[in-house]
Amino acid sequence: MSDLWPRLEPLLARVEKPARYIGMERGSRRPEHGPDRVAWLLLYPDAYEVGLPNQGLQILYEILNERPDALAERSYAPWVDLEAELRAHGLPLFSVDTHRPATDFDLLAFNLSAELVYTNLLNCVDLAGVPVRVADRGPQHPLVVAGGHCTYNPEPLADFVDAFVIGDGEEVVSEITEVVKAWKRSGRANREAVLRDLATVPGVYVPSMYEVEYDGPQFVGITPKYSDVPAIVDKRTIADLADWPYPKEQLVPLIEVVHDRLNVELFRGCTRGCRFCQAGMITRPVRERPIEQARTMVQQGLRRSGYDEVALTSLSSADFSGIEGLVGSIVDEQSGTGSVSLSLPSLRVDAFTVGVASQIQKVRRTGLTFAPEAGTWRMRQVINKLVTEEDLYSAADAAFSQGWRRVKLYFLIGLPTETDVDTLGIAELARNVVEIGKRHTKAASATASVGGFVPKPHTPFQWFGQNSVAELHRKVALLRDDLRRSPAKVRWHDPEATFAEGIVSRGDRRIGAVIERVWRAGGTFQEWSERFDLTRWLDAMAAEGLDPEWYVTRHRTGEEAQPWDHIAAGLHRDFLWGDWKAALAEHGLPDCRWTPCYDCGVCTGYALEHVVASPTPPAGGSQGTGQDLAAAAVGVPVRFLGTAREGFRAR
Amino acid sequence: MRGDTGFPVRMRYAKRGPVRFIGHRDVARAFERAFRIAELPLAFSAGFSPHPKVSFGPALAVGYESDAEYLDVELAEALADERLVRDVTGGLPAGMTVTGVTRLADRAPSLQEEIASLGYRVTTGGVDPVALSAAVEAFLALSEIRVPVARKGEHHVEDIRPSVLALTALPGESVVDVEVATRPRTLRVADVVTGLRTVSEDAAPLEELRVVRTRQWIERGGARWEPLDVDRRSEAPEGATRALETCA
Repeated sequence: MSDLWPRLEPLLARVEKPARYIGMERGSRRPEHGPDRVAWLLLYPDAYEVGLPNQGLQILYEILNERPDALAERSYAPWVDLEAELRAHGLPLFSVDTHRPATDFDLLAFNLSAELVYTNLLNCVDLAGVPVRVADRGPQHPLVVAGGHCTYNPEPLADFVDAFVIGDGEEVVSEITEVVKAWKRSGRANREAVLRDLATVPGVYVPSMYEVEYDGPQFVGITPKYSDVPAIVDKRTIADLADWPYPKEQLVPLIEVVHDRLNVELFRGCTRGCRFCQAGMITRPVRERPIEQARTMVQQGLRRSGYDEVALTSLSSADFSGIEGLVGSIVDEQSGTGSVSLSLPSLRVDAFTVGVASQIQKVRRTGLTFAPEAGTWRMRQVINKLVTEEDLYSAADAAFSQGWRRVKLYFLIGLPTETDVDTLGIAELARNVVEIGKRHTKAASATASVGGFVPKPHTPFQWFGQNSVAELHRKVALLRDDLRRSPAKVRWHDPEATFAEGIVSRGDRRIGAVIERVWRAGGTFQEWSERFDLTRWLDAMAAEGLDPEWYVTRHRTGEEAQPWDHIAAGLHRDFLWGDWKAALAEHGLPDCRWTPCYDCGVCTGYALEHVVASPTPPAGGSQGTGQDLAAAAVGVPVRFLGTAREGFRAR
Repeated sequence: MRGDTGFPVRMRYAKRGPVRFIGHRDVARAFERAFRIAELPLAFSAGFSPHPKVSFGPALAVGYESDAEYLDVELAEALADERLVRDVTGGLPAGMTVTGVTRLADRAPSLQEEIASLGYRVTTGGVDPVALSAAVEAFLALSEIRVPVARKGEHHVEDIRPSVLALTALPGESVVDVEVATRPRTLRVADVVTGLRTVSEDAAPLEELRVVRTRQWIERGGARWEPLDVDRRSEAPEGATRALETCA
């Protein structure tokens, strides 16, 4: 059995959006399989239109297919209608590239970008015909591996995933390929041995090689079973983004997907230090792509893909050292055709200037989103999102003055120390933004989008007890009432889904049984509101004798062990604890790219350095540092692109 | 107005294989991208948000294949037919191929206005060729065939017989060729299959397995025309033609 297409094709005529399953995107590959090639099936455990754009998966797809001894194909979670057809006809999960059964591959490699997709991982493994539990798998089964931001707390999936990759995947996939190649040559006989070998690859965590200890409900610790298995698994980091100009041939889907545009990653990592933001904490340090390379990737990507929109992506794109020049040159290159639009996701208001605004509006304009995250300056000091009201208002003014009519504002509710004054501050900001817009256009509008805060591992807020469902509902109602007669609108994320995310986010290995129960009860596609039901999660917790409040709303003490203590993002525990205390004291912490190093542990611990093109912050705004930025920073490991200067900056 | 800023071109293309599962809007986007990949000099509409002037013929149902799809696009400058065929096909998904090009006269009527009938080849299942052929004969013998049809979510019972312009069973095969009218409204292949099931008891288990649109026709002066063969731009420039007419 190698090509399932003849049997799949008649089923596709009966399902919604059949083109989800045909592959054939521009940039896709149909690799040759063979005994000397390690076969990876890269899976995004959500619907095709959510998974296809994932850049991490596309980067690994290219890197692996460039290797003569490896190949990669893709798969996405089949929607419930096709899943039913597959099960009814006895067909397994398949790759979309050559429609092979998933078990034709040596590895099923999942990208985990969100906790609520975990039940889909189990469903995909089961549909593949592989036992969902690690303990039940035999030599005939492929290895189930996972990477992505969620693996910084791998424990909730530890019973189902053979090996996790922590951190950047660009280099480690090749090392895993070597180990699996040897296993494949040996006839894939000894599963235990290959897992043992994988456990010694830096950045790889093999949960079955570790023992978990509890004391009643309390988690005590995780320790390796063998001496050659590391007690702490450190994340992988690629030192220089310039070495990895991927994806070179971004996939162009045949049907509409989210983020349906060319995406060019400007930099990885962020040191703004927002305390709620796991991505910013675990991806340090900042590594910028050389501006010339970014420009080339934009030009070639547009020409090759036929896209008419490009997004310059990162965790805070306006912080890119050469942002105005880059935006300007893209705009100049495209002017004349008048047909390419540019978007800058994750814009910080303090770096969004009239200069950037006027450059973008020369090409086609897309919606503009800012993320002040909290309604008052006090609250923003707590979360260390150090943008002032003036920053937001001048960004809004710049946008409306350059012709934008709609501005979207992202906020979190349920943050530590939050009071109703802070919540209502969100309404106040949204109202004032509309007010500013009205000076420029009658059609000005603003939407405040609020999401409940879920504390994440490896952040200063990992000790914080999440707000209850009732409390989040109360805060949403407060905002709705306050904006009832306002032109500013409010949208919110379902507090019940936020609660389920909270169960998993800081869950330990015992949560695995809960995930399995939710999956067995039919709880797939939990990211989709029409498929989500908190009752399933609460029932599963009750059946396992676990207290949801203990996992979600309980404040952690400084003494207790955390289920992810054996996974290292490089951040000193003392730094995180100190930053948590600083948050409660309403003290902000400046960005270490431009101000003195406070030694979070990452650069010093891993001998890494920031790679940035400019020693000064981008123009405009307060930059939230509250410091004289002209004064030389002290002892920050920074390498400047395009200069010979390296290493620590002079004192 | 068509032709006021450039050179209108009509293209015929095929849609074969797995790409049959993409919809009409996806096809439109695939062409927009293919035009950009091919770096075609497109003419843009005037106004606040300029867009290329592209228009398509009648939509093809998701899952159907076709050897006869058409679109009109306006170029800012004239291009060789061979280059259009090669470069646009190069930018399209696998299975979509440009198979013919014609330069249109200015102010040629649009495909949506002009396409009068559509031909399909329907491979069926559930019924043997003899029963199928009998159902076709029964169908053709009737002057009225009322079947339930779904339109915009509402169910009506309609007489489909006048819209079926031709219907033939291929000898010894479970295949029929059918030509349906687009007016007063386009008849769906599924409705024809329902009609066949209705007229013959032996054809009750009939189901459509694979549908290929084989032709589209424009009616002009009582004759049927392949859409690439009407409204061609004359070889002499329009101005010259007009000048000659004035002389005569």
